[in-house]
Amino acid sequence: MRLVRLVDQDRPAIRFVLEGQDCSARAGDTLLTAILAGEGSFLRCSEFGDGPRAGFCLMGACQDCRVVVEGLGPVRACATECAPGMVVRRA
Amino acid sequence: MRVAVVGAGPAGVRAVEQLVRAGLRPLWLDEAPDGGGRIYQRPPAGFTRGARALYGLEAAKATALHATLDALKPVTDWRPGTLVWDIGADPRQLHTLREGRAAAQDVDAAILCTGAMDRVVPLPGWTLPGVTTLGGAQIALKAQGCAIGRCVAFLGSGPLLWLVAYQYMKAGATIAAVLDTTPFATKAQALAGLPHDPATLAKGLYYVARLRAAGILVAEGVTPLAIEGEGERGVTALHWRDAAGRERWLDCDALGLGWGVRPELQLADLAGVPIRFDPVQHNWVPERDAMGRTSVRGIYLAGDGAGIGGADVAEMAGACAAQALLADAGLPADAALVRRLQARLRRQARFRAALERAFPFPAQLAASMPDETILCRCERVTAGELRAAAEPEGPQGAAPEVNRAKAFTRIGMGRCQGRVCGMAAAEVLAARLGCGVAEIGRLRGQAPVKPLPFIAAPEAEEAA
Ligand SMILES: Cc1cc2nc3c(=O)[nH]c(=O)nc-3n(C[C@H](O)[C@H](O)[C@H](O)COP(=O)(O)OP(=O)(O)OC[C@H]3O[C@@H](n4cnc5c(N)ncnc54)[C@H](O)[C@@H]3O)c2cc1C
Ligand code: FES
Repeated sequence: MRLVRLVDQDRPAIRFVLEGQDCSARAGDTLLTAILAGEGSFLRCSEFGDGPRAGFCLMGACQDCRVVVEGLGPVRACATECAPGMVVRRA
Repeated sequence: MRVAVVGAGPAGVRAVEQLVRAGLRPLWLDEAPDGGGRIYQRPPAGFTRGARALYGLEAAKATALHATLDALKPVTDWRPGTLVWDIGADPRQLHTLREGRAAAQDVDAAILCTGAMDRVVPLPGWTLPGVTTLGGAQIALKAQGCAIGRCVAFLGSGPLLWLVAYQYMKAGATIAAVLDTTPFATKAQALAGLPHDPATLAKGLYYVARLRAAGILVAEGVTPLAIEGEGERGVTALHWRDAAGRERWLDCDALGLGWGVRPELQLADLAGVPIRFDPVQHNWVPERDAMGRTSVRGIYLAGDGAGIGGADVAEMAGACAAQALLADAGLPADAALVRRLQARLRRQARFRAALERAFPFPAQLAASMPDETILCRCERVTAGELRAAAEPEGPQGAAPEVNRAKAFTRIGMGRCQGRVCGMAAAEVLAARLGCGVAEIGRLRGQAPVKPLPFIAAPEAEEAA
């Protein structure tokens, strides 16, 4: 899955780390946007082995977008702003 | 008197406005980083689009609501970023979580304005990356300036289907198609001669006309069959049947789907408010009177969380609930305002009933989903597994209602507590048992209403 940046994208670039890889995002991105508008393509693997997941509701209700942020633990990627230097793993 | 308002969408803002007018300083909580709710959600700092680009035909209302919101913040105990995850009865307490810290707030009364979320029907392939709710697709655009894919299909029924597709078109996204499961005749019949809210109706027709004029494939009376795709790449196509019965494939790399919205009623449920099935809305709704009073002392409800009415109704209902609370507490209330709002709410209710008939929940589509469909995406329970739970020959006997089926199959036991699949699961079970969804019951709410991080520690303990 690839989010397409359409409008309102003239924001400062920030860096974060996904699975040990240095990635770029824009200030104000949620982690979901930061990962899926980049090369991330998915957020986690279903614990039941039915494949990758990338969120569903984008409003903090379905809990399908969990990722793990160093220092914060598991968070909802759609409801967490990507901060510069964040270290993120797929849940 | 300590009063709390949960939610800062249209309902919450107008409730707080009335409380402040009466001289109160309510505790005001919203899980989101800012107020506005779903329809008038604001992007984070640094985004520059104006109200017109963000909210289209609703720009004036959005601007007015935001102005009131911002003016109320300093004169209330405003706490954004705060989840209310439980309500205690005695003493009346709100259990909250903010920045990983749990706390409890004593209150005498609370107005719950918790809003709604998309009502969905699971399809084979709906867990693939690239599939979101219609509301989710809209949030990606509104709050993040992004489209959910390069070539996006929209599927479902209801006003949000056309609105979101139109907003994507305006923002320059590529739209593969807009597929409406409701036949044209159903809509025409329900809405004919019923322009109780002509403005809303006119807006809807305008969106459809603009999409068609842009040459976008628009089809009605469709049946979705499966979402196709693979692994990380996600969605590649939608397999569907048109109104003439022809099977078709639509290339797309993302899909937004939804069939109206359903109330977020978990807090009302935990507070002990009785919940009933509303056959017109085809939703479980908390019981309340026209003013938003419930049978639980000190608990008032307003907005879509109290039964779906849309944003304009939410604003009026918020003000009414606050007025009811003031009157019950013996504080000065505004009877003239209440009379005016109640008359408008009654007119809106008639329009709403017509809308529900025009865009009915596709119960049959849910009931007939293929056995292999993942029904509960949290716990990966298939429709077939749920149907098996309804078999009397099974080891535990037939599950007569959803909560037993939950115990048998883990359906709705996951992190979303059945918010996403609950309605569709009830249809599957009801069809197999040969009864109505109202008899099947609903998945009962449980605290916490959303999962708490493991590190959450009570603030008091922290201080000790
Ligand atoms: C994703 C989505 C998009 C929508 N877009 C539109 C649209 O564009 N146009 C339209 O007419 N309608 C739209 N709707 C319908 C919408 O429900 C109503 O128009 C309107 O927003 C309802 O207002 P409300 O005040 O009742 O609730 P909402 O606007 O939903 O506000 C509820 C608020 O309560 C907060 N909240 C909920 N539970 C808790 C809790 N436990 N603790 C703390 N805070 C909590 C939420 O964060 C939210 O800010 C949308 C619905 C959804 C779900
Ligand atoms: S996508 Fe549903 S909670 Fe984040």
